[in-house]
Amino acid sequence: MQELIRRYGISLSVIMAAMTAFWLLALVVIPNLVLFKFSFRLYLPVDQLGGPNDVYTLKNYATFFSSPIHINVFFLTILYSSLVTIICLAVTYPLAYILAKVLKPTDTATFFLVLLIPLWVSEILRSFAWFIILSMQGPLNAILTGIGLIDKPIRWISGFQSVVIGLVYAYILFMLFPIYNAIQALDTNQIEASQDLGASTWRTHWRVIIPHAKPGIASGCVMVFMLCAGSVVVPTTLASTNSRWFTEIIQQWMFEGLDWNVGSAYAFLLLALCILFVSLVMRVLNVRLVDIAK
Amino acid sequence: MSEDVHLSQICMDFGSFRAVNNVEVTIKPGEFFSFLGPSGCGKTTILRLISGFMEPTQGAVKIGGKDMKGIRPNARPTALIFQNLALFPLMPVWENITFGLEVRGVSKETRRAKAEELLQLVDLHDSADKRISQLSGGQKQRVAIARALAVEPKVMLLDEPLSALDLKLRQHMRAELRAIQKRTGVTFIYITHDQGEALAMSDRVGVMSQGILQQVATPQEIYNNPVNGFVASFVGENNVINGKVASVNGGMAQFETAKGSFHAKLGASVGLGDQAKLFVRPEFCSLQPASETKANSIAVEVTEIAFEGNFVNVFVRDNSGDTHMVQVQNDPSLPPPAPHTACQMVFNPESCMILSEAATSRHGH
Ligand SMILES: Nc1ncnc2c1ncn2[C@@H]1O[C@H](COP(=O)(O)OP(=O)(O)OP(=O)(O)O)[C@@H](O)[C@H]1O
Ligand SMILES: [Mg+2]
Repeated sequence: MQELIRRYGISLSVIMAAMTAFWLLALVVIPNLVLFKFSFRLYLPVDQLGGPNDVYTLKNYATFFSSPIHINVFFLTILYSSLVTIICLAVTYPLAYILAKVLKPTDTATFFLVLLIPLWVSEILRSFAWFIILSMQGPLNAILTGIGLIDKPIRWISGFQSVVIGLVYAYILFMLFPIYNAIQALDTNQIEASQDLGASTWRTHWRVIIPHAKPGIASGCVMVFMLCAGSVVVPTTLASTNSRWFTEIIQQWMFEGLDWNVGSAYAFLLLALCILFVSLVMRVLNVRLVDIAK
Repeated sequence: MSEDVHLSQICMDFGSFRAVNNVEVTIKPGEFFSFLGPSGCGKTTILRLISGFMEPTQGAVKIGGKDMKGIRPNARPTALIFQNLALFPLMPVWENITFGLEVRGVSKETRRAKAEELLQLVDLHDSADKRISQLSGGQKQRVAIARALAVEPKVMLLDEPLSALDLKLRQHMRAELRAIQKRTGVTFIYITHDQGEALAMSDRVGVMSQGILQQVATPQEIYNNPVNGFVASFVGENNVINGKVASVNGGMAQFETAKGSFHAKLGASVGLGDQAKLFVRPEFCSLQPASETKANSIAVEVTEIAFEGNFVNVFVRDNSGDTHMVQVQNDPSLPPPAPHTACQMVFNPESCMILSEAATSRHGH
């Protein structure tokens, strides 16, 4: 703060601080607090607001635990978000390694530009593009049948298949960048030292590169997982008849049932349970990674 | 335990730039061999060619008579100590040291024992479980050496490993490295741009310039009989005088210059009538009274005196304004002439050489 004042003077510093505070408070903290408060109150007709029935209660949260269907959807959401995270990691790690350590820096820059261009298109359009690509008469089936890999079109948009494909596509860069950064920061001499001491490529990755990239891998995984679990656009656009995402239920409560109270209770449950799940998994993986590494 | 390394006519091109040019040398088993040269002359490139991180554009690297072409770094009998050491910061010291054994499937108990043994060898006790970040520069150095020794390499490659250390530690580690090399008998190939280091540690030195190996010889030979002007001026100090070879008589020649005619040893690649340079080391010069003119002398005036402790550097200027340096022992009973004294700088024909410039194209051995 003092540094800020020294650099920009008192008035500009105050304006900057005030704007940041406004953004945090007015646009993030307060709306969330309001929703949080909502989640403990009941959805009542207007004339009963403030009346004897308007009390703080955990009923909205209890609704979730008493609904096996919702619990089921929640677990499927977690399951498929994890699957998307794993697929992203599997695809991204080798790519990040090649970008960071194999390609020449000039080639890397071009490659990143190519990767970033699709981000200029909105998420809805990109999801919808996948809807077209994956449809029965779509280009993917046309190509696959064309080159004779399959003899009749595959129904891609069924179950969670299309949602998983769409989510991988939507969030893979959130995995790529942290891992790329982590590997990029590794001194190439370390990789060479490992090889020079006789380590195979696989061993070098396992013992030298992955341990170094672990923070990047972890943050990539957490980001992708949380984005997937909280995604609305992709699961609704690419949904099939039997793929429901937890966010869709929240949306139903809020915009179809107009019950913002249960809706926000579900939203906070999703947040809390995801954080719990992520920290559990991180804990388990940490222990195991260290164990195996020894 | 150790093997010879034969670099057979190797060239290394980066695009159109030739970083290593036709280097031919055989390093004997158990030898301490240094490549000495200025920054960018291709020293690191040579090490990377030997360790297998690069393949030469031409020629072959042979270790123990075996052509290394196509053999990857992890399968070569070499161990490289990097310029920045490249220790693994996430592993404790002992795992660093035995990493090479771990990848060979050696059990944990054996590895641990081996680590202790190597830590003894490099004089680092009780550090097995420390983290790398807890070590001092010199200690990291020793861990790097131990890590390389653990895989029992036939050839140890060292890329300026002491350059990051302060002077005192560097001198200590020089002796240490030399002792470890003698104890283990492993062939050491050492890279440095520090001539003192190369001369003090090596059995033989290869002096490089612009990718070309200029001379391979013992430290004494390099210093006393440099093959060309580059080697002479890169290793040690010199007074240099331009001129022309006037007559040749056996190994000696008469050298005509603007400062007079001098009798001197004739260098390898210089012949009658050639333009060349006369190299005279400051410690082989002496200052005599101006009165009687001697052979091989230049009339000079003392300009400055620099006292260095055990010796004194006397700077003198000749009639054409060029400065020379004369090094004399510090002897209180025989002080050097005071500034502005006119005298003669005299040198023995046996201790000065007529040499050509550095070799810049292919040359045979
Ligand atoms: N991968 C590369 N691509 C292109 N040029 C290179 C490459 N590696 C080295 N060079 C060039 O080859 C020359 C020799 O480099 P090298 O690293 O062998 O020098 P060096 O003698 O080790 O120098 P220093 O003492 O500064 O470490 C340099 O001019 C360098 O720019
Ligand atoms: Mg170098």
